[in-house]
Amino acid sequence: MAKFNIFLLIVCIGCAIGVVTSQHRARTLYTELQEEQDRSRQFDVEWGQLQLEQSTWATHARIEKIAVEKLRMQAPQHAPQAGPLQMVPGRSETR
Amino acid sequence: MKPPANPAMSAVSLRLPIGRSHFLFALIGFWFAALLLRALYLQGLQNDFLQQKGESRYARVLSISAHRGVISDRNNELLAISTPLESIWVSPAEVRLSAADRSRLVKLLGLDSIEINRRLADTSREFLYLKRHVSPERAATIAALKIPGVFSQREYKRFYPAGEELAHVIGFTGMDDNGQEGLELAYQDSLAGKPGSRQVIKDRRGHIIEQVGSQRAPVNGEDLALSIDRRIQYLAHRELKAAVAANHARAGAAIVLDVKTGEVLAMANVPTYNPNNRGKLDRDRTRNRAITDLFEPGSTLKPFTVAAVLEAGAFNADSVIDVAPGWLRIGRATIRDAHRHDALTVAQVIQKSSNVGSVKLALSLPPQALWDIFHDVGFGVPPSSGFPGEAAGKLRAHKSWKPIEHATMSYGHGISVSLLQLARAYTVFAADGRLKPVSLIKLDAKSGPVEGRRVLSPETAKAVREMLETVVQPGGTALKAQIMGYRVAGKTGTAHKAENGSYAARRYISSFVGFAPASDPRLVVAVMIDEPNAGQHFGGAVAAPVFSSVMSGALRMLSVAPDAPAGSDAQDILPPDDETIAIKEEI
Repeated sequence: MAKFNIFLLIVCIGCAIGVVTSQHRARTLYTELQEEQDRSRQFDVEWGQLQLEQSTWATHARIEKIAVEKLRMQAPQHAPQAGPLQMVPGRSETR
Repeated sequence: MKPPANPAMSAVSLRLPIGRSHFLFALIGFWFAALLLRALYLQGLQNDFLQQKGESRYARVLSISAHRGVISDRNNELLAISTPLESIWVSPAEVRLSAADRSRLVKLLGLDSIEINRRLADTSREFLYLKRHVSPERAATIAALKIPGVFSQREYKRFYPAGEELAHVIGFTGMDDNGQEGLELAYQDSLAGKPGSRQVIKDRRGHIIEQVGSQRAPVNGEDLALSIDRRIQYLAHRELKAAVAANHARAGAAIVLDVKTGEVLAMANVPTYNPNNRGKLDRDRTRNRAITDLFEPGSTLKPFTVAAVLEAGAFNADSVIDVAPGWLRIGRATIRDAHRHDALTVAQVIQKSSNVGSVKLALSLPPQALWDIFHDVGFGVPPSSGFPGEAAGKLRAHKSWKPIEHATMSYGHGISVSLLQLARAYTVFAADGRLKPVSLIKLDAKSGPVEGRRVLSPETAKAVREMLETVVQPGGTALKAQIMGYRVAGKTGTAHKAENGSYAARRYISSFVGFAPASDPRLVVAVMIDEPNAGQHFGGAVAAPVFSSVMSGALRMLSVAPDAPAGSDAQDILPPDDETIAIKEEI
């Protein structure tokens, strides 16, 4: 009888320690989850900033300025003697 | 029981009076009773309050911020986005600044060191912004200095990559990221998100260790796709700005409409402002003139008069009208043509923009017929574009028209419209008699072309379209509206500005509204220049060139096939130079 009681006591202590460790693990995992979620929010913010940056670099006014001043480009002028003007259907079509 | 070993002690214990032990017993019992009562009081009556107090030591309610929706153009190009920035604030009472830290802080924030000292000297305050909207990287550097009493706080700021081109359409938000102008204001409810919250348990070091209770998820604001095409918008803005500068004009506006769907592809306004760095703003710059300002459109309304006349059936395009001697007296007022003609066909009334001709045509109709068509194409009614503060225009009830009003109305005086209303009204001619609803929001491409409301018969619309084509051909008033490779139709307008109840002598509003390609119209472009002051004031000279460059660029960007390729007959419309100059003088 006494032996059985000791056995139960050991099982009981084992369970108690198990509860504590699993609780601790749950908390560390939860902290990790928090960190990952924070990172994902951070990436969201960064994505927004990158979009903004790209959009700022790609301003039409800036592109035109560089094309005209630095690269000395010109818009094509259609000469009537060059024959019929043809439109090539392209990706620029607005849908 | 054994007798006590020490007889002296037992004698003492025996001598104790019985009342003392009772007293002690009662005292202890009383203490227990008091403890029990206290325990009952705390556990029972004060339970909720105490539990709440305890929870507040470790449980925290965190708010989860929601993003404001992104605004993009029809091709998904970014037009407005909110991004977090840090605001640096201090608690002057707590601040401990070493000399080295101070100089670093001054350098990082770009502030005046004397200014910082002055502000920090006021120790009675507990909260003071040092600088708002600092970049996150810089804020992190400042946080790394670990100066006591210096904190940062996250705030959102909205950025507009398109800058001044689109400032009037999009509008802007305030310091707290709420819409204050334009579409930011109109769509505030759907753009703004709802912040969520959750309850967590934090440990001593501030780590979140557990979430308790339920979480209220944040609702991010919905994204908004505008009907605007940023490429066309840029083009329209650039050309308009150049024209306003070249003509020393006070202001100007331009609109590009898609005829098939009624979507606004571009809406430019000058003068403008930079929404990213606003500084001081006055209403003169922030107003979206194309929608909120009214003007007397002048001759651009003549096609509607002619359409009403054609619908009535008494005239056709070739009926001849006697317009000699170039003026007409109605009551005490005289209506004049800019150039004298003797007899014009109905088509030529449009081509030469004859006031006398259109008045004679209008007077052949009852006032109601004229009122009906103006009302049907949307004048005097808000265009329901969803833009805040859109103007309805002024169209008086036909029953109260005097004969002179009936006459002037036919050539666009005594009535006021916004440029958006005018552009939209022209979809009637471009879309075979149907008035398209305007939209600043991108429509679902799958739903196909928008039907619109029938206003004119297709035959009348086609007849007027052909007349409008002659306006840009030799003998017309707007040769400068021509576009290489495309057939163009349109109408010039030059109106005296109304001031203090009468017309100002030398102040004009020049306009041009037209569409192309004339064989199957795809775009309507409307241009308005307010008070051109550099010698020219006729719509054909001031507004038509803007129309031409915006329209040709937009057609190319949308890959619209030319309907008058070089070499075909339609292209041989370019007149010799001297004729161009002579015609330019017409209104």
